[in-house]
Amino acid sequence: MVLWFRKNLQNIMLAAIAMLLATSVNVNAEVVAPVVPKGKGEQCVEPTDVMRKNHMEMLKHQRDETMHNGIRTKKHALKECIACHVQEDEKGQVARFGDDGHFCSSCHNYAGVNVDCFQCHADRPQELIGKGHKIKPHHTADFKDKAINKEALQALTEVSK
Amino acid sequence: MKTVNTTDTSKRKFLGGAAAVAGIAIAPGVLLQTVNAKPDNEAVSNKVRWGMLIDTNKCGDGCTDCVTACNTENGLTGFERPETDSQWIRKLTLKDKQTGHVQTLPVMCQHCETAPCVDVCPTGASFKREDGIVLVDKHICIGCRYCMMACPYKARSFVHEDLQDQKDHAPRGKGTVESCTMCVHKVDNGENPACVTACNKEHKAMYFGDLNDANSEISKRLKQYGGKQIRADLGLNPGVRYQGV
Repeated sequence: MVLWFRKNLQNIMLAAIAMLLATSVNVNAEVVAPVVPKGKGEQCVEPTDVMRKNHMEMLKHQRDETMHNGIRTKKHALKECIACHVQEDEKGQVARFGDDGHFCSSCHNYAGVNVDCFQCHADRPQELIGKGHKIKPHHTADFKDKAINKEALQALTEVSK
Repeated sequence: MKTVNTTDTSKRKFLGGAAAVAGIAIAPGVLLQTVNAKPDNEAVSNKVRWGMLIDTNKCGDGCTDCVTACNTENGLTGFERPETDSQWIRKLTLKDKQTGHVQTLPVMCQHCETAPCVDVCPTGASFKREDGIVLVDKHICIGCRYCMMACPYKARSFVHEDLQDQKDHAPRGKGTVESCTMCVHKVDNGENPACVTACNKEHKAMYFGDLNDANSEISKRLKQYGGKQIRADLGLNPGVRYQGV
């Protein structure tokens, strides 16, 4: 028996690795990643993985620069994010912040992270303001049954190769 | 002060902008008052001090074009509750009881050099930009309203209620204090504030420009005709000056 084990050690290990792989694939298959609406433009101002992890830092930096120093470069401006990422759908409907179909809340609802930006800032491009339903500024999303799990967090924060 | 040579002419957006063309068509004097837009990536500096001059003799009795323009530009929609609705600019009527002479004038944030609102703010939300424009950083404002008490011009408002459909260039929200921004988003773009543009269409009582630039129309007018500060006794050196009061 011992001899057989030794002979087949390599095969057993391979089988074990294959099983492990199969399990992890299964786990990933169960993760429902958020459906993020496509932007209008070809390419974002930064790589997608950088934006996923650092968009809040860029927005905050730009916010202070614009507010206090009058710097109005467009690259990291919230207004430009919204102008590109929030569009009318085929039916002419505009998703509002809080809806799963809104660019920001598609992820934020999923991750259960609420932000206050849109209590004051426009969540649609200027030409679409006035369209869409009203939002509840202080209770933007219902996070019930949307607690994030480990796999989902990994899927969101994974840095692409 | 600022010479044409130091400015990158390609950055002067107003020359090519459709708005500038409209400006020429409506009021030929508009562009004379406008100082070149700074490049987007350049911080504001104290070489410029933005100011306004209001000629109350030209200000129309009963005219509220400046107020309407301000409300439209900044999306100030009310709740039919004048006691608490936001008001960035208001028309005052002064009557001399002896002679019966009536004057009207617009009053807004006076953009003081030594602003009491900035002095008293406990969080640093009330601040003065390098170019003299006094603003509220609503990201930091906690809504204590100390600045509203400190302001001798009653220029600030508090947002009491949830808002909808704010303009993308004028974010406003419940629980923060706000006031005239001198249309900072337009000024940074080389344009005049909305109230000045509106006034220029008919009464031409408002001038906007750089008080530090001796060659600006506002400076020339102030030098030639003088201009009063409201409550000059407080020594706040406001950026908004009045003639005829």
